[in-house]
Amino acid sequence: MKIGKDPDGLAELLVKISAYSMILVVFFIFFFLFFEGIKIFNFESVQHFFLGQSWQPTSSNPRFEIASIIIGSLFVTAGALLLSVPVALGCAIYLSEVAPPSLSELLKPVIEILAGIPSVVIGFFGLTVVVPAVASIFGIPSGLTLLSGILVLAIMVLPTIETISEDALRSVPRSYREASAALGATDWETIHKVVLPAAMPGITVAILLGFGRAIGETMVVLMVTGNAAIIPTSVFDPIRTMTATIAAEMGEAPFGSPHYFALFMIAATLFVISFMVNSAANLLIKRGSRYA
Amino acid sequence: MLDRRTTQAVVFSSFLLCVALVVAILFFVLFDIISKGIAMVSWEFLTQPPRNNMREGGILTPMVGTILLSIGAMIAALPVGVLTAIYLSEYAREGRALSLVNSAISNLAGLPSIVFGLFGLAVFVNLFGFGPSLLAGSLTLGLMSLPVIIKTSQEAFASIPFSFREASLALGATKWQTIRHHLLPYAMPGILTGLILGVSRAAGETAPILFTVAAYFLATMPSSVFDQSMALPYHLYILSTQSFNLRATQNVQYGTALVLLSVVLALNSAAIIIRAYFRRKYRW
Amino acid sequence: MKECEISARGINVWYGPKQALFDVSLDIYKNTVTSLIGPSGCGKTTFLRCINRMNDLIPFCRVEGKLMIKDTDVYGKEADVLSIRKKVGMVFQTPNPFPKSIYENVAYGPFIHGVRDKKKLDEIVRHSLQEAALWDEVKDELNKSALMLSGGQKQRLCIARALAVEPEIIVMDEPCASLDPIATAKIEDLITRLKEKYTVVIVTHNIQQAARVSDYTAYFYLGKMVEYGKTAEMFENPKEKSTELYLTGRFG
Repeated sequence: MKIGKDPDGLAELLVKISAYSMILVVFFIFFFLFFEGIKIFNFESVQHFFLGQSWQPTSSNPRFEIASIIIGSLFVTAGALLLSVPVALGCAIYLSEVAPPSLSELLKPVIEILAGIPSVVIGFFGLTVVVPAVASIFGIPSGLTLLSGILVLAIMVLPTIETISEDALRSVPRSYREASAALGATDWETIHKVVLPAAMPGITVAILLGFGRAIGETMVVLMVTGNAAIIPTSVFDPIRTMTATIAAEMGEAPFGSPHYFALFMIAATLFVISFMVNSAANLLIKRGSRYA
Repeated sequence: MLDRRTTQAVVFSSFLLCVALVVAILFFVLFDIISKGIAMVSWEFLTQPPRNNMREGGILTPMVGTILLSIGAMIAALPVGVLTAIYLSEYAREGRALSLVNSAISNLAGLPSIVFGLFGLAVFVNLFGFGPSLLAGSLTLGLMSLPVIIKTSQEAFASIPFSFREASLALGATKWQTIRHHLLPYAMPGILTGLILGVSRAAGETAPILFTVAAYFLATMPSSVFDQSMALPYHLYILSTQSFNLRATQNVQYGTALVLLSVVLALNSAAIIIRAYFRRKYRW
Repeated sequence: MKECEISARGINVWYGPKQALFDVSLDIYKNTVTSLIGPSGCGKTTFLRCINRMNDLIPFCRVEGKLMIKDTDVYGKEADVLSIRKKVGMVFQTPNPFPKSIYENVAYGPFIHGVRDKKKLDEIVRHSLQEAALWDEVKDELNKSALMLSGGQKQRLCIARALAVEPEIIVMDEPCASLDPIATAKIEDLITRLKEKYTVVIVTHNIQQAARVSDYTAYFYLGKMVEYGKTAEMFENPKEKSTELYLTGRFG
C-alpha cells in the first residue's frame, strides 16, 4: 500500500507519531538533563553534592554542594503551602458548598485571573510591595527573606490548590449530602463528616500538585528571597532555591564547565521530584475513580 | 442546638474571610500595578524602543519579541498538539500505550518551567546549534505549551456527539474524511481556545526563555529566526532586578508590568469568552 | 418468490464477553420493507448495524457468520467497508444532520465518493430532497443551517442525505422515536414509497408502525430471532407464544 494513495493510513500514522512523541519528549528531557548533570560527579562526589552545604561555584577552589539549596526550596515550599492550603480550602469549601451559585459564578473569574497573572508580574509585585513591607514591619535591613518568598509564593500556588479542591468537592454526589442532611446534621456537620472525607483523595491531589507548582516556581523566588545559599535559621534569613540557582547562574556558567554540569544535575533533581509528585497524583486519581 | 448552629456560623464566616482575603489580594495586586503603571502607558511607550539605559523610551522591541516568540511557539506546538488530541479522542483504545501517553502529558504539564529552559539550552541552543535565538526560544515555549493545547483540543473533540461520526461513516466516509470534514471544523472553537491559552502561557513565561533567546538589550529588532530577541517578561525581570538605577526605571517597570499583565489577561478573557459563546451556540 | 437482497446465515455477535446475537439467519427481499421488532436489548439494532458494518465502531465487538448483500460478502476478507456503507444508507434514531447547510448535508455523501461537478451535485441534492419529500419545504433556503429545521424535517433531511449516495438498501434505526405523530406519519408515508426503488429495513419499538409500513417482520427476543414472516400473517396468527405475548403488549 502506497502511503500517498492512502490518506487514512498516513493520518493514523501521523497522529500516532505525535502522541507517542510525547513519551519520547519526556524521556529526552530527563535523558538530556541527566546526561549533562551526571558529569558533575567527576568533580564532586554524589554524597557531597547532595548532602554538603557549601555552594561556591565560582571560587578558585569551587565546591558544588546543594543541601542548603534543596533545604531552601523545601522551606519556602512548605511555608507557602502552610499559608495557602487553609485559605485555598476555605475558599473551595465556601464556593462549592456554602455560597449561592450566583456568587460562586461571580467569584470564579477571581481565581481564574489570579491563576493567569504571569509569575514575573507577581514577583515584581512581591519585590516592590511585599519585600519593603516585610522589611519595615519587622524592622530588618532587607526584606529579601524566606518570609517574603513564602508570602508571595503562597499567592502563586493558591489558584492551583483552590481549583482542584473545588472540583473534588463538587464531584461528591448530592445523595451523600442529602443522606446526611436527612439525619438532622447541620450543613457544616455534613461538610465536615461526609463531604470532606469523600473529597479527600482529590484534595490530596490538589495539595500534591500545589507542592509541585511551588517547588518548580522560578521567577517569584528568584526575585524576592535574597538568593543566599545558606541554611536559614529564621524566616528573616535569605534563602536560595534550586530553581533560582539555575535561573541566576546558568547565564554565567561556561558551557561544559563543572558549574554547568552541576546546574543540570539540579534540574535533573527537580525533574525527578516533579515526576514523583505527578505520578503520586495520577495514582491517587486512578484509585479515586475506581471507588467512585 | 444553638451550639451547633454557632459553630457552623463561625466556621462559615472564616471561610468567607478566606474568600474575602483572596479577592482583596487580587484587587491589591491589580490596583497597585494599574494605578502606578497607567501613567506610563502611552502611544509613545508602546511604539518606541527602550532608550538611555532603558530609563526612557518604550517597550517596542521586547513587545515585538514576545509576539514573535508566541507565534513561533504556536507554529511549533499547534500541529503536534492537535494531532495528539485527535489520537487521544479518536484513535486511542484503552491500554498500555494510551496510559503511557497520558502520563507523559501530565508529567509535561507539571514540569517546572526552568527545566524546559534548561532542556532548550541543552538541545536547541547547544546540540542543534541554533544558539540563543527566536527559533530555540519558540521551540522551548512551544514544548511547554503543548499540554494546555492538547487538553483543550481533546475536550473539544470529546464534546462532539458520537452521532456525527456515525452519520459520516455510514455514508461511506473514511475515518480521516470524517475527522477532516466534520470533527476538525466542529472542534475549531475549542482548538482556538487552546491556542489562545497557549499564547498567553508562552507570552507570560520567563524561565524558559532566560537562556534560549532573551537578550538584555538590543537596539534593533531581530531580523531572522536565528537572532536573539528581547521579550516582555524578561524585560520586566531585568528592569526590576538588574538595572543600574532601580529608582530611575521604576515608572518603566510599572508600565511594562501593566502591559504584560493586560496582554496575558486579555488573552485569557478572550479564551473564556470564546468558550462560553460557542458552548451556547452549539447545542448540538 | 421475490429476489433476495440480504441473506444472513448464522450471525453471532459479541460485545466483549457478552453475546448479543445468537445464530440469526434471515433473508430480506428486494423492494420490500422489513421491520425488526422486539423488546429493548433483544438484538434488533445489533442485527441492523451488522448490515453496514457499523458495529465495527464499537470496541470489542465481534461478528461471526455469513452476511451477503447480493454477491457481496459483507464480512468476507475482500470486503470493502466503504463501498458496503455506500450501498447501505443509514438513518438514525435521533435526527443527526451535520451542523452545516442543508445543501452541504445532502451533497456530502456524493462529494466524498468523488462527485465534484457543481451542476451534478446540484442535481443530486434536488433529486434526493424530492425523494425524501423535503424539497418543496426547503428549496429556497438550501444554504441555511440544517439545525434550523424542525425535528421531522431534520429526519427527512437525513433520509435525503442517505439517498444521495444512491444506495440499494436503507436501514433505519427507530427513525420516528423522537418525532411527533404528524412528523411520524410523513416519514411512514415516505418509507412505503421508498420501497419502489430501495430495500428498506427498519427497527421499531412501535408495533403499529411495523404493521403499517412493513411487508415482512422479524421478531427478536433475547438475542435470537424468534419468528419471521409476512407482516400481515404474523400479526394475525403468530406461531410462537413469545411473539404473541409481545404483539398483544403483554411485555416489552
